[in-house]
Amino acid sequence: MIPGALREAVARDGEPIVYVARERLLETMKWLKETPGQDFDYLVDVTAVEFRDKERPLEVVYFLRSLERKADLRVKVELNPSEELAVDSVWGLWHGADWLEREVFDMFGITFRGHPDLRRILMWETYAEGYPLRKNFPLRGRFSRAEQVRQALNANPEAHYSMEELSIAEASDDLPDDMRERLKRGERGVIPEPPHE
Amino acid sequence: MKRVGEVKSSNYLLTKFENLVDWAVNSSRANSLWPMPFGTACCAIEFMATAASRYDFARFGMERQAFSPRQADVLICAGRLPFKLAPVIRRIYDQMPQPKWVISMGACASTGGVFDNYAMVQGIDTIVPVDVYVPGCPPRPEGLLYGILLLHKKIKGESLFDAVKRREEQPLDDKGLRLAPETIDEISEPFGNSVHQFRSA
Repeated sequence: MIPGALREAVARDGEPIVYVARERLLETMKWLKETPGQDFDYLVDVTAVEFRDKERPLEVVYFLRSLERKADLRVKVELNPSEELAVDSVWGLWHGADWLEREVFDMFGITFRGHPDLRRILMWETYAEGYPLRKNFPLRGRFSRAEQVRQALNANPEAHYSMEELSIAEASDDLPDDMRERLKRGERGVIPEPPHE
Repeated sequence: MKRVGEVKSSNYLLTKFENLVDWAVNSSRANSLWPMPFGTACCAIEFMATAASRYDFARFGMERQAFSPRQADVLICAGRLPFKLAPVIRRIYDQMPQPKWVISMGACASTGGVFDNYAMVQGIDTIVPVDVYVPGCPPRPEGLLYGILLLHKKIKGESLFDAVKRREEQPLDDKGLRLAPETIDEISEPFGNSVHQFRSA
């Protein structure tokens, strides 16, 4: 194991959980993936937890599996909410982390350094109310229902896609020229100003 | 057809020209409604059951499901509608030719249902005008069929000659809204169990 990386190792319900220092996450993950005898070649999921106890740090949780050894491992990184919420992206090790990390970014606002395309995935690009799974986020959102409806109706449904996604779907050639130009420029839907009474 | 007067002979039937036209037009419309399915959740499963052989809404003139809005008469929103889909259903509705009707199928499409949260439209009537609300979670096929028959009844009560009963296009206002903001806030208010969700609200 990488020296200084392991904070704590516990077994809960017979399943091993390791807490890893944030600075050493990437090399630890590389070690877990590539060391013979570890062989955690499959990243099952990436998610995050915020606890109701405000003192408790946020956790980013990685579920690893070794298909060869049929073994599971949970790796956790603790993030102090008073500091910058950022960890290194493991996209370089498992490309499947792409959308998983985008979801954590979308819901918790945790930045993944080195992610190739870190933008919202569930909420739309111009969503302005914050990060919905954070504990300080009101259940019904921050804006009034009327404002939410207004912003939703003014959103551009075309703007959810990147050119890369459309080229994978082989749809980019079928687009109208103006839409293709807009997406090429990276233009997303524009949030209109709230109505002035 | 509304009978205005009747002569005691089977060879005569008196009515107004307008009633005759309305009767012909409305019967044709009601008995050949092409649905545009907008299925987002479990209600769509019941919708498919309604379309399949056991319940078979083709019996009521819905033989052809129009998967293009430009050939559809009735938009059936089956399932919850997130805000991300709000501009999509509005665009589909705008693309449908007049006359057009909307059925809101199930609790979520009608009111937001149990999803009284940041992501969900609290009733599609804040986005598009709705003609028939079918309650249920999800409604059984009989429920949807009853809703469709109610829509038939409603269509047969319309008139081309009466401005009150005629269907007009209902575009969005200059703020991009269908209803006044106060109205949307009012009909989106929590009700039932969701009034108890105070912990993080």
